[in-house]
Amino acid sequence: MIGINIYLALIAIATLLSMYRVFRGPTTVDRLVAVDIMTTITAGLMVLFALYYQRMIFLDVALVYAILAFGGVIAFARYMEGGL
Amino acid sequence: MNALAAVGEALVLIGTFFYFLSALGLIRMPDVYNRMQTATKSATLGSLGVIVGVGIWALGTDFGSAAWLTKTIVIAVFLLLTNPISAHALIRAAYKSGIPLWEGSVMDKYREHMEAKAKAAEAPEVETPEETPKEGGEE
Repeated sequence: MIGINIYLALIAIATLLSMYRVFRGPTTVDRLVAVDIMTTITAGLMVLFALYYQRMIFLDVALVYAILAFGGVIAFARYMEGGL
Repeated sequence: MNALAAVGEALVLIGTFFYFLSALGLIRMPDVYNRMQTATKSATLGSLGVIVGVGIWALGTDFGSAAWLTKTIVIAVFLLLTNPISAHALIRAAYKSGIPLWEGSVMDKYREHMEAKAKAAEAPEVETPEETPKEGGEE
């Protein structure tokens, strides 16, 4: 359980790097790609929180979050393509 | 610490390292197509490592049960199936909305495919010898 702080720090660094791409990105699709990666990282982070707090309910939260993020990214991609 | 917890912790370490590499590729790559390439593959592998690793790690602790491993495998399979679909939709939207490729790119297979299809649709009567029926069909 000591090492979980190292994993949380690595995930925090990865989130900050992709946050840089969200603010900096030259086009809209760059920002969307960065947000897609951030949602994937957040699903893994919620699974780690389930282990950290010893609550299994966070696994359900992670599953629902992954489903909603997938739907949102598909909707944004259709909107960029001009089909929505 | 028993063996299951050690195996799970090693998987979680590998997964978070791949998360870090994926975000680094998001910074370092030159255009949106290369960024999507590096980000999708390593982020999918990283989430597989983290999520299945947490499931195995929880089996080795005193509060864990087999339901942890089942739920984490369900989440991992869902992410493994849906990450390529969202990446494909995003890159298709980027290409259709006219974002140019990096100037160092040497190949554009999708444009060649579209040009070949447009050429085939433009002159259909030149090269369709298969549509002439074979003489003496079914009689």
